[in-house]
Amino acid sequence: MTGGNRVRAGGVEAPQVRSSLPPNPLNRPAISSGPERAVWGALAAGVGTLAFGRRHGPLARVALLALGGGLVTLAATGRNPLYDALKLRQNDAGEILVREAVTVGRPPHEVYARWRDLSRLPDFMEMLERIEVLHGTRSRWTVRGPAGPLTFEAELTADEPGQRIAWRTVPGPGVQHHGEVTFRPAPGDRGTEVLARYGYAPPGGPAGAAIARILNHEPGQRTRDDLMRLKRIMELGFIPTAKGQTSGRGVRAGKV
Amino acid sequence: MKGVVWQGAGRIGVETVPDPELLLPTDALIRVTSTAICGSDLHLMDGVIPSMERGDLLGHEFMGEVIEVGRDVKKLRVGQRVVVPFNIACGLCDPCRRGLFSACDNSNPNHRMAEALYGAVSGGGLFGYSHLYGGYAGGQAQYVRVPFADVGPFVVPDGVKDEQVLFLTDIFPTGYQAAENCGITPGRDVVAVFGAGPVGQFAARSAMMLGAARVIVIDRLPERLEMAARGGADTLNYELEDVLIGLQERTGGRGPDHVIDAVGLEAHGHGPGALADTVKQRARLTFDRITALRWAIQSCAKGGTVSMPGVYGGLVDKMPMGAAFAKGLVFRMGQTHTHRYLDPLMKRIEAGDIDPSFVITHRARLDDAPRLYQTFRDKQDHCIKVVLDPWA
Ligand SMILES: [Zn+2]
Ligand SMILES: [Zn+2]
Repeated sequence: MTGGNRVRAGGVEAPQVRSSLPPNPLNRPAISSGPERAVWGALAAGVGTLAFGRRHGPLARVALLALGGGLVTLAATGRNPLYDALKLRQNDAGEILVREAVTVGRPPHEVYARWRDLSRLPDFMEMLERIEVLHGTRSRWTVRGPAGPLTFEAELTADEPGQRIAWRTVPGPGVQHHGEVTFRPAPGDRGTEVLARYGYAPPGGPAGAAIARILNHEPGQRTRDDLMRLKRIMELGFIPTAKGQTSGRGVRAGKV
Repeated sequence: MKGVVWQGAGRIGVETVPDPELLLPTDALIRVTSTAICGSDLHLMDGVIPSMERGDLLGHEFMGEVIEVGRDVKKLRVGQRVVVPFNIACGLCDPCRRGLFSACDNSNPNHRMAEALYGAVSGGGLFGYSHLYGGYAGGQAQYVRVPFADVGPFVVPDGVKDEQVLFLTDIFPTGYQAAENCGITPGRDVVAVFGAGPVGQFAARSAMMLGAARVIVIDRLPERLEMAARGGADTLNYELEDVLIGLQERTGGRGPDHVIDAVGLEAHGHGPGALADTVKQRARLTFDRITALRWAIQSCAKGGTVSMPGVYGGLVDKMPMGAAFAKGLVFRMGQTHTHRYLDPLMKRIEAGDIDPSFVITHRARLDDAPRLYQTFRDKQDHCIKVVLDPWA
């Protein structure tokens, strides 16, 4: 954990309750300089133009349109507009932070058990190709990357049945990341509130993360989908889809 | 098979497309025997709903015969005759278990697109209604894939005709929910319905079934007002008289106790407010023109309900919140929780309380869909509701 804690009032280190994340991870938007702002402005215009291109699917087009609008609005605020618009958050160590939450209509011990079965995480985590459980708390992860699969080892740093799981990559080459997921009962018999928090150092630095996000490859963006897939697997036993159905485009792919 | 396809803003076609197949073990396939064009399909045709793709199959009001079920379908059986709610619900999530089927957490695979647009969690999927709502193929076709086959499809008796039960898919429950949301005190409350399109017609008749002392229907098209009058409503043509004064006169100066906005985002109407809305909508600065909603708020009696079955898609401005606040109005809105109403409204039909086929003005072949979309949109030929036969 490097750097000052600019945001924390009084500069006092608040205790990080049961968290393996670096302190002060949240809500520090990156600040951009004047020239940098001009670059972001140009990028905003580019993104806006992209949105009207014909090469994108409807999902991408809505996302790009929203993004382009967001960038234009934020261009003069002095904050890094792209990071704001993309909802990217950084800590002082330069790590990108991801936080997503979902309520799953099953009890905490069941949701915990589903997540703790690491080899089945790829069922709902799209970027994961495979996890092999090695020995003790060690596992080997294979992640889909833009340039082919990446493999690294990770170890559990916390395992509290029914409540919390945390992990970090074993130091070595490749992307370093750490994460934790907490499970707590939702009020009124609604199941479990699942909160996932990850931190990672993006390849290519912050700009790399921004570009990845625009291209829909940034892990934070995937996390929302991952959690919804977890919810759907737990509540329904499958993941609803319209992929592969008939249309006037004649496309038939991904039939189950 | 043949199906009605979105070919771009303003362009509807009938094309031969591959037959649908089961994609998941909980799916069913339906051979469509009747399908209808809905007012909200016109929003798609006009290109005001984002995320349509060339080739998307349209249609969310359809019924037919079950011809195949997936291996995990427990209740629905091949050969049964069903109506299918326009919204897709999983039946197991928290909103579904509370009866809020249109707010299903799980049925929209493209939930993130809706989240990006609305900044909030999305509603459930819809048949044939853009990728924002899941990208499910619609039922203005010869066959359709129906997901969650044990949750949506509702088996109808063989004795009743398609035309009597087809509108259980959307417009009858939608009009009924709008009236139910008013909390009508029988024998006492006066209800005004803005818009005498199909939903407005069903809202008016539902308000009467729920005991409204008087129902006033507002529109500009004589044939629509006549249809409402045949159902027992008082009518008001806003092109011939001032709406607010007319409603005051018809309610002894109190205003209607409840108002139903059965128009939604493509309201006509006149005056600078309407013009400004139209210009902004064209320029994509705002999605929604809200003349009907403004009138509804301004005319409603103190402590009344503004019930909004009409579809809104984005942001609205120039909304008279001061009037709403001063009168202490209650707003009720949203997509219809169709599944809730299938059984009770089927009973109403069987009891002879209502014959929903009164609303049909046009019957045609599926091949005629492009022409009838135009006719319906341009309100030509006294068109109020079109039913298509995919096999004629
Ligand atoms: Zn409809
Ligand atoms: Zn549901």
